[in-house]
Amino acid sequence: MRKRHLGSYAAAVVFAVPFLLPFYLLIRNALMTRRELGSLDWQWWPEEISFQGFADAFGNEAVPLANALWNSTLIAAISAPLSTLLASMAGYALARIPVAASKPVFYFIIATMMVPGAATFIPTFVVVGSMGGVNTLWGLIAPGLFSAFAVLLFRGFYLRFPRELEDAGRVDGLGFLGLYARLALPNSGALFASLGILSFIEHWNAFLWPLVIGQDPEYWTVQVALSTNLNQQAVNLPALFAGALVAILPLVALFLIAQRWIVRGVLLSGIKG
Amino acid sequence: MTTAAPARPRAGGPHRAPARWASRWPAWRAFLLLTLPMVAGLLLFKYVAIGWGLLLSFNDARGTISLGSWNGLDNYRRLLGDPAFTRSLVTILVFTLFIVPVTFALALGLAVLVNRLRGGRAIFRTTFFIPTAVSYVVGALVWKMSLFSGTPSGVANSLAYLLGYEDTIGWVATVDPPLYWIVLVTVRLWLQTGLYMILFLAGIQQIPAQLYEAARVDGAHTEWQLFRHITWPMLRNTSVAVTLLLIINAFQAFDEFYNILASNLSGLGSADGRTPLIYLFQTALGEQNYGAGSAGAFIVTALIVVFTLLQGRFAGFGRTGEEEGR
Repeated sequence: MRKRHLGSYAAAVVFAVPFLLPFYLLIRNALMTRRELGSLDWQWWPEEISFQGFADAFGNEAVPLANALWNSTLIAAISAPLSTLLASMAGYALARIPVAASKPVFYFIIATMMVPGAATFIPTFVVVGSMGGVNTLWGLIAPGLFSAFAVLLFRGFYLRFPRELEDAGRVDGLGFLGLYARLALPNSGALFASLGILSFIEHWNAFLWPLVIGQDPEYWTVQVALSTNLNQQAVNLPALFAGALVAILPLVALFLIAQRWIVRGVLLSGIKG
Repeated sequence: MTTAAPARPRAGGPHRAPARWASRWPAWRAFLLLTLPMVAGLLLFKYVAIGWGLLLSFNDARGTISLGSWNGLDNYRRLLGDPAFTRSLVTILVFTLFIVPVTFALALGLAVLVNRLRGGRAIFRTTFFIPTAVSYVVGALVWKMSLFSGTPSGVANSLAYLLGYEDTIGWVATVDPPLYWIVLVTVRLWLQTGLYMILFLAGIQQIPAQLYEAARVDGAHTEWQLFRHITWPMLRNTSVAVTLLLIINAFQAFDEFYNILASNLSGLGSADGRTPLIYLFQTALGEQNYGAGSAGAFIVTALIVVFTLLQGRFAGFGRTGEEEGR
């Protein structure tokens, strides 16, 4: 038995190395000078730690990184709670308010799940573009606010919500809106947090839609800014990696702090298939 | 938990269903208020968008997004007749056939491995899961500029040098043999495996321990026998879900191809690594041909639907495995 465990640990370590290697490279490269990073020889660690890469990354006027970080923060911080709230509202109504329209509205919403998201970016661009949404904050945010799948998850959650609690609320004189706002919503914190964090990650890391709709450098997100840096003629490597390191830090921190919620969200979403 | 506030007596007391409509109205009002934002958003960004896109795909819509210049199936014919587009479909098919089984096997393997660990399980789970936090753009950046960079100090080249291979290899630029393929597959493998490992791990942990004990009594002794006769059949639903998600995601590959192969995307470079989505991106936003772009979107959607249905058929064949596991 002992031997078996030793073998497992050895295998786990062997696999862990390549999974951690890219993080090490990001840090090492961000702290090197251009000369060191451009050298032909492998070097484990910079001889002297340099923060010039960070200064260069934020000082590059052609690619406004600070502004891009601000845009990404704004988009993710607005999208995550708002999209989750909208899904929770619809999910509650579908689960708990007995009206005749409930079924048709439910099918109307879940039918949109059958269309793969990225394949619709051109039709969505056509609609958002015709409404003047190119190079606007709302154009970047609005199409990502409506998740039929999150509605489905919230509906499932509220279907299992204890009736007695609602009955107590009704005795207190709460209507449906009151029951939702005072009882159902405050008691769905765990699901709200899980889906909200997943939504934050998704919006922070999104690339295709921001690339399509935020064409002006003023509206670049951090991913678009990094992609622009990456594909320049003469790349300033330390600055490139410094920018990338800054871009992943918020999410890596989020993963380390809130992993429990993220795993919950992933498990809920994985049932999708 | 919830407050037990004193019951406020309602003015006029509880009136029991006077007129049917009047009593239903509060429910309707609440239902409309709560569902309207979602319904309106999906109507606009899904139904109107897809409907408009479908109509546009039958129009000569170059430099315009308005309808009126109908050209029947010309856009579809043009796309399917364009070798660059059909090549992009082949590219994504091959990519899917590579990445789906490789990710599946690695994710399942890591889940089994992590599950066997006693102490330190959380550390290893986090290690394998944390690349999920990284965007495809950053993954592409590290892969292209450091891990598989074409300079001698790139990680892959340094390793090759250690193994006695002295020439500098241009990983992204080498088409024959298709070394750039290794770059593309491994970056997605790193980025997405942890997510699916989490799904498998949860599936494994839901398998009742008695099943393993019963199997041992029945004479299954090696780890492999236990895996083959208990773990694998019990994971059937998870496996189907994982495969489905992997296929759908692979078909929509864009970010890493766009960022790693940027210089080749015009089709002029040696490796034409355009995926359908990149081709459509260039058609719609480069050439501003929204008709052809929309038509292509529907072709890709149709392919995804066909592929997922096929996968459903294959998964159906495995059903006996589940019964075996019971």
